[in-house]
Amino acid sequence: MERGGLAGRAAAAGGGGRPSLRIRGLRKAFVDVQAVDGLDLEVARGECFGLLGPNGAGKTTTIEICEGLTEPDEGEVELLGLNWKTGAKELRQRIGIQLQETQFPEKLTVEEALRLFRSFYRRGIPVEESIKTAQLEEKRRSRIGGLSGGQKQRLAMATALVGDPELLFLDEPTTGLDPQARRHLWDLVDELKQAGRTIILTTHYMDEAERLCDRVAIMDHGKVIALGTPQQLIASIGGEDIVEFAVGVSQVPDSGPPPHGQRPVLGDPGPGAPRALVDPAVFTAIPGVRSHRVDAGLHQLSVSELHTSVPRIFAALDAQGLHLSEFRTHSATLEDVFVRLTGRNLRDE
Amino acid sequence: MSKLELSSLYQLTMVRFRLFLREPEAIFWIFIFPILLAMGLGIAFRNRPADVLPVATTDPQCTQMLAADAGLRASTMDEAAGAHALATGSIVLLAVPMTENGVVYRYDDTNPDARVARLLVDRDLQAAGGRHEAVHAENDLVHETGSRYIDFVVPGLLGMNLMGSAMWGLGFSIVDARQKKLLKRLVASPMPKWQYLSAFLLSRMALLVIEVVIFLGFARIAFGVPFRGPLVELGILCLLTSLAFSGLGLLVASRAKTMEGVSGLMNLVMLPMWVLSGVFFSASRFPAVVQPLVRALPLTAAIDAMRGNMLQGLNLGQEMAPVAIMLAWFVVPFAISLRIFRWR
Repeated sequence: MERGGLAGRAAAAGGGGRPSLRIRGLRKAFVDVQAVDGLDLEVARGECFGLLGPNGAGKTTTIEICEGLTEPDEGEVELLGLNWKTGAKELRQRIGIQLQETQFPEKLTVEEALRLFRSFYRRGIPVEESIKTAQLEEKRRSRIGGLSGGQKQRLAMATALVGDPELLFLDEPTTGLDPQARRHLWDLVDELKQAGRTIILTTHYMDEAERLCDRVAIMDHGKVIALGTPQQLIASIGGEDIVEFAVGVSQVPDSGPPPHGQRPVLGDPGPGAPRALVDPAVFTAIPGVRSHRVDAGLHQLSVSELHTSVPRIFAALDAQGLHLSEFRTHSATLEDVFVRLTGRNLRDE
Repeated sequence: MSKLELSSLYQLTMVRFRLFLREPEAIFWIFIFPILLAMGLGIAFRNRPADVLPVATTDPQCTQMLAADAGLRASTMDEAAGAHALATGSIVLLAVPMTENGVVYRYDDTNPDARVARLLVDRDLQAAGGRHEAVHAENDLVHETGSRYIDFVVPGLLGMNLMGSAMWGLGFSIVDARQKKLLKRLVASPMPKWQYLSAFLLSRMALLVIEVVIFLGFARIAFGVPFRGPLVELGILCLLTSLAFSGLGLLVASRAKTMEGVSGLMNLVMLPMWVLSGVFFSASRFPAVVQPLVRALPLTAAIDAMRGNMLQGLNLGQEMAPVAIMLAWFVVPFAISLRIFRWR
């Protein structure tokens, strides 16, 4: 693969070999904050890589440095074997970018906007095809001002695709979309993955990262605090399931009966709810329970063997004379990973 | 897609066109408004037959002497009523005969009508008193186009309109695109930056043709405004004017982040020119001290050059000074804005 020069690069586009993106020692400070604080990353060809983290973690700054829109203070960025200092023109032709909150001119039609963006690229896919990929066929002659949020976002994706990019950057692609539009967009990203494009996306939705990304870097305060496949990361916190429960003193109803047909709100016991003292050691002593933490009155246990642990948890609660007011289990998610690593929730920020 | 459709400069220019044509307000301000303005001014300042001036005397005999003058409408009133009529403007002059063969004229000498009335009344009374003309005089009347107010004001309006459409057209579109992060998205693509800015100029040039032809065509048909200089050169002057203001518009919009910001800057730049550049009256009326400043303004240069072409029939060679001023106003702001332009 080390043939070097233009021929080498063209051949590399075929697959394998050099990583699509390599970041070394990246730092960027703004007036009041160290946005990126010593970042090293590598993204392989054909990979869908996610930068996951709360707002303000430095995801957007990182991705904009990669996109050549922001100048780093320190560090190196190499994309497709090129860098922004010497290969900017070439790079712009070979990457596709979707930014946060771009508003395309409202009075242009979908087709006109895509024809405009297509004209910037030496080679690319036909406008027709990009419209089809983004499933905007019915809207092709509609003005952008009349599109829904999801359609606008798919248009933004289509403008990133018309140049047939080898490397695609998506910055918070589903932020602000309703659940259906999000799933729709996920399907689109899936298709792009199938087509073998390298995708780098940022998100603060852990379900999105889990669903789309081959590998994830969890960022906090400008640093990568965990890196791996979603499965690896989830396994790394030592349990595959999370048990959540809240307890009240026996016989005392928990802040009145819940409204009809509504499930109790997780983690929000209400100000007046009586809470019993729970000894965490009792639970961590149960085989299969890896850890315990309390968040706003809600106990969270990380559990590796759900089927054997849960009966014992019930028994332990009974033995202490505690009354369960809430109880649920779910498979561990990246959110739980983030909580374990930082002690904070992803969306608290 | 055809080869032309694959050209980014073509696509960018077409986008500018489409966005303009889909904005009904812009069409009104650029195409319709100047015509309405010219119409209004043309009607207000149309050349009427010489005014008949209302005057009064306190003596019926005196009034009789003025009755024959077609330029005057004389009536008789006492001094108190006369003073009131003067104050309210219903007469412009009151003649009060004195006992010993004399007369006093009461009028406001800063009012041109009153001064004319003074001359007419005095001539009539002197003639009635027995004065003879020392020189025989006859009138040969000419009503020439080119010397009317509408002829003067049409090039002024044209210049003002070209300034407005270039400045607003560029300034608002650019700041709007910046505010909506579209500029940032565009520089994230391989689009050549110079083409983005050139597309503004190209679409402006094309719209300019429509704008100028409609406006001047109207002025020609409705008022018979003369075109004494070469038409091609008038076209070149319009082009230069538009380029100069496009450069200025680009400069004004090169840093501003909000619409409010750019609106303020636009008005700051254009207001002095509306006042100083001689749109509605000759700029030479300003004191000599400020003349160098007035002359250096792009709108003054534009209007001077266009008046020179249309009214005096000057050719480009005789208008090098305003042409050079306009060129400078295009090149310098354009070069500066290319350097300081904020793309994100």
